[in-house]
Amino acid sequence: MNRGGWLAAFLILATVALVAIGTIWPAPSVLAYAGGERLLESSSTPEAAVRNLGQEIRAQEWDKAYSSLANKSQFTEQEFVHDVTGYYESLRTYSSLDRFDVRPLHASDNDAEVQFTLDWSTVVGTLPDSRTLHLVRNGDRWEVDWPMGEKPIVPPQVIPVEYLRWDVINRGPGDDWGVQDVDTPSVRIVDMHPVQRAEGVVVLGELLNEDVVPAYVSVTATLRGKDQLPIATKAAFDKISHLLLPKQVTPFLIEFPDISLSQVSSIRMKPFSTLVSASADPVIAIDNEQINPAPGASLAGQLINQSGQVVNVAHVLGTLYDKSGNLVWVVDKYVDRALLPQTPVSFNIPIPEDLARNVSSQRTVIATYSFGGAL
Amino acid sequence: MRSGLVLMICVGASAAVSQAVGQSGAITWQNPVQAGSAFSIQTSGSGQATLFIVGPGQVLKRSVQMGEPVSFDSGSLCHAGRYLVVLSQGSNEETKTLDVAPVSTAARLSFLARPSRLPVSLHDEITGAAYVFDTYGNLITSPMTVSFQLTNPSGTVQKDDVVTRDGAAWVEMDSTPHQGIDHFAARVGGVGSERIVRQVPGDPCALKMSAQQAGKNLELKTEPVVDCSGNPVLDGTIVTFTETYDGAQSSADVPLKHGIAEVALPAHPGATVSVASGVVLGNQIHWE
Repeated sequence: MNRGGWLAAFLILATVALVAIGTIWPAPSVLAYAGGERLLESSSTPEAAVRNLGQEIRAQEWDKAYSSLANKSQFTEQEFVHDVTGYYESLRTYSSLDRFDVRPLHASDNDAEVQFTLDWSTVVGTLPDSRTLHLVRNGDRWEVDWPMGEKPIVPPQVIPVEYLRWDVINRGPGDDWGVQDVDTPSVRIVDMHPVQRAEGVVVLGELLNEDVVPAYVSVTATLRGKDQLPIATKAAFDKISHLLLPKQVTPFLIEFPDISLSQVSSIRMKPFSTLVSASADPVIAIDNEQINPAPGASLAGQLINQSGQVVNVAHVLGTLYDKSGNLVWVVDKYVDRALLPQTPVSFNIPIPEDLARNVSSQRTVIATYSFGGAL
Repeated sequence: MRSGLVLMICVGASAAVSQAVGQSGAITWQNPVQAGSAFSIQTSGSGQATLFIVGPGQVLKRSVQMGEPVSFDSGSLCHAGRYLVVLSQGSNEETKTLDVAPVSTAARLSFLARPSRLPVSLHDEITGAAYVFDTYGNLITSPMTVSFQLTNPSGTVQKDDVVTRDGAAWVEMDSTPHQGIDHFAARVGGVGSERIVRQVPGDPCALKMSAQQAGKNLELKTEPVVDCSGNPVLDGTIVTFTETYDGAQSSADVPLKHGIAEVALPAHPGATVSVASGVVLGNQIHWE
């Protein structure tokens, strides 16, 4: 056998050996993801009981998670699953539990309280969900009293909606040269403000659709150096409402990491717009919106869906201003629960602590997406 | 001296004739040839030769008997432009140029109108450019008069006659104070083309709302929203209601429907309610 043959034989044997080792002695986390139970521990402490529950939720072993609860007689397994994943399609429905954190609050001989923070992995990033769990001792085991959220109930009713919609017919490929196409919507940047942050340069601003038709919009910023050559070009990605109805304003925020404002001599802004089919509904009202001061500064409020349609995904964009009305910062957050008609859903968006003291007022816009289903 | 003058006149006359009837030499024709029309090339001399006509996207080849005319049927050369005529006889070759001119009758009009949509009461913001083509799609470069007409539903008509220059004529017109679908037409000879220009309302003017309590809510409703020319602002335009109270606020972006925007926000005694659309602010209401 030549050297190549020996090498091939060695690689085959090594592969077989590694597969055998991985099968006989799997890593605990791998086993947990594969649905095994080795990562579960005895529920002899409140923290261990909550960790076990977290493992079961992550593995979507709903029957085991449900049967481990102390108050399971108060609700069905299906209701428990819906309480965790949402009663209606939303970002949470299509998310998976990335990781969780267990923090004991207090404990006595027979009951305890634990802060249970779950980080759900979604297509728009990680969305945290924090619950305070009450645990009770049952013999030598601790069991979780699951805090069921209130099931949203919309009373049967008819909500009349005057459906307003725009459809776009563009010129076709068979049209003669010179055949007129419809113009793209006219949009205008009404405010722009570069800010130096620790992580780099941030370009903030507001964009207005000054046309009478809906627009799909974006904004691109190009930073130029002292020599007028471009340093970096980026477009607003998710910190903007890409669909603007006529006369609607969206904030935008573009981050340029690892660039200092002292390197920049000018910024070239380029708004982009194109015609898009759109609906004027749903209307989302924002109620009881307020800025909570530092520490723990945040923009909080409630969203109320005023239409009869379920909104599956809502993106809250808050524009923060100082006393003079100058733009200070843009914050955003996705709501991971569906918005049912006339049913308030709370939001709370953290504001950077160093900027919070400058914030005097705010304006909030909501970008929504519906899968099309009604209640 | 006198004989020299006669010689110069003869040479000049010869050059002029040569220009009018193609070029002097073994092949001559009436220049220019009109696109699509039949024509012939006169040859002189004797023997067999091959004639090539090479032009934009087209090559013609004919075997010719020198001394006899070479006829080309109508439709042989349709594309206007400068062609190269090559007569090859043995080792001898003669090369000349042949100009094919567009038909002087307009058969098609390409009409570019911009913009497709604009606010009312703007000066010279509507532009139209017309390009005149013959039946073979050649741009007619000889001057022609194009009539432009912009008609508003209110009955306002703007007209302008413009003579083409190098095949194109253009015009600028005003948008009228009345919104609506304008018909923008260009016509030359018996050929015309029409485009739609939509005159849309400007920004809302004197935006005004009223408030009424309904249970726990405050029903906010605008008066019919119009621009400064009195045109109703289009449905779908966003109106923002903001209610400020005790350091908090409630707000909603509401689209106009049937010319008004309405929304119900929770009623808070002492609240100040404002209304805006885009960059236009409306009235404020202090709710007791």
